[in-house]
Amino acid sequence: MLEVNVSVMRGELTITASFKADTGVTALFGHSGAGKTTILNMIAGVVKPRTGKITLNGTTLFDAQRINVPPEHRRIGYVFQDRRLFPHLSVHSNLLYGFNLLAQNLRAQQPDDVIALLDLAPLLARKPANLSGGEQQRVAIGRALLTSPQLLLMDEPLASLDSARKGEILPYLERLRDTIRLPIIYVSHDEREVQRLAAVTIPVVDGVAGPLGP
Amino acid sequence: MFDLSPSDLDAIYLSLKVGLWSVIVSLPFAMALAYLLARVEFALKPVVSALILLPLVLPPVVTGFLLLLAFGKNGPAGQFLDHWFGITIAFKWTGAVVAAAVMGLPLMVMGMRISIESVDHRLEMAARTLGAGPWRTFFSVTLPLSFPGILAGSILSFARSFGEFGATITFVSNIPGETRTLPIAIYSLLQTPSGDSGALKLSLIAIAVALVAIIAAEVLNRRLPKSTGRDDA
Repeated sequence: MLEVNVSVMRGELTITASFKADTGVTALFGHSGAGKTTILNMIAGVVKPRTGKITLNGTTLFDAQRINVPPEHRRIGYVFQDRRLFPHLSVHSNLLYGFNLLAQNLRAQQPDDVIALLDLAPLLARKPANLSGGEQQRVAIGRALLTSPQLLLMDEPLASLDSARKGEILPYLERLRDTIRLPIIYVSHDEREVQRLAAVTIPVVDGVAGPLGP
Repeated sequence: MFDLSPSDLDAIYLSLKVGLWSVIVSLPFAMALAYLLARVEFALKPVVSALILLPLVLPPVVTGFLLLLAFGKNGPAGQFLDHWFGITIAFKWTGAVVAAAVMGLPLMVMGMRISIESVDHRLEMAARTLGAGPWRTFFSVTLPLSFPGILAGSILSFARSFGEFGATITFVSNIPGETRTLPIAIYSLLQTPSGDSGALKLSLIAIAVALVAIIAAEVLNRRLPKSTGRDDA
């Protein structure tokens, strides 16, 4: 269970997020520029909120000025819209980057399972530059999964793909949702995508996600 | 005409030794400074940047004089080294290394700063979310991606150190076999009536080293944008 109640200033806009997310897909749905990515960045720990609190499975990740767990200790998988695969590493090394940093007893996801789930076997020896956009996105998802996260953040994983590629990735996302029992926060501005994947939809309008606190 | 005398060879060997040690000594400092300037925002950044670039613009004789004041027999740094480590560097080849390192630092830091800035910061952010701390992120992502530029900066700094004259002769003087590096040997030959042809030979070597270094750095820097993290798929 993820509980978020934070706000931050971005230029003129105050971005406020107040919601809970349980196992399954929770969509943050809104126009581009509404602040969706900033909300993911605050949850992941790469943007520091001005106020508020974030807890994940009872552990406080952020509490105003007192607690700010750095991203590498949050156990959160983050799939970026622009994928951010390491260009100097093979697909295989990209996939194992986080896995190898993880203590043995925390490795809940195994490489063979993730490679099978996302059909990555034929790509392992290649460099990211030699992959299609859809293939890169599958590797990015696999790389995040192999950190055995307690929460998965996905930022518009289909936005930069054409409709044929979207059709190629969507079944993988459904498989992921149905096999990995994790809370997934899925950011999108595409209504059909959200309807197809998400159990819960939280609208993001002008920087405000979810109901405002009392 | 390329019959080099033993003293010529001494000077070439000494310049190579000073150049290599200067790169080795300044590398960790240059890398830390380059990272600081490329990735960290702080109030005194323009001041730090200016101090690093100063030896590039200052007359080398002034840099040498300042080193003499600091590391000389009565200088604070000189007394510190002598008292705690029993080391004297003024008028020693090690002093030539320090002079060369200071003079080579601007080129090294500038090259490294640009190459670190060319690494997509978002890749470093991705490494953090995958469980890598700041140090591991630097060594597994930033360093390999900026490596061609870091190597280029080191090569240029080596060439600068190999040919350093003004600060070196001011700080450690002109002692054959100890501090008479290649450019100082050229200067000495020009002080003697029949030294012109010898000076020309050594000058050609200095030109060759400088040219090779600049070409190598250019080739390496060309490889930078390709190896950074911007995928255009």
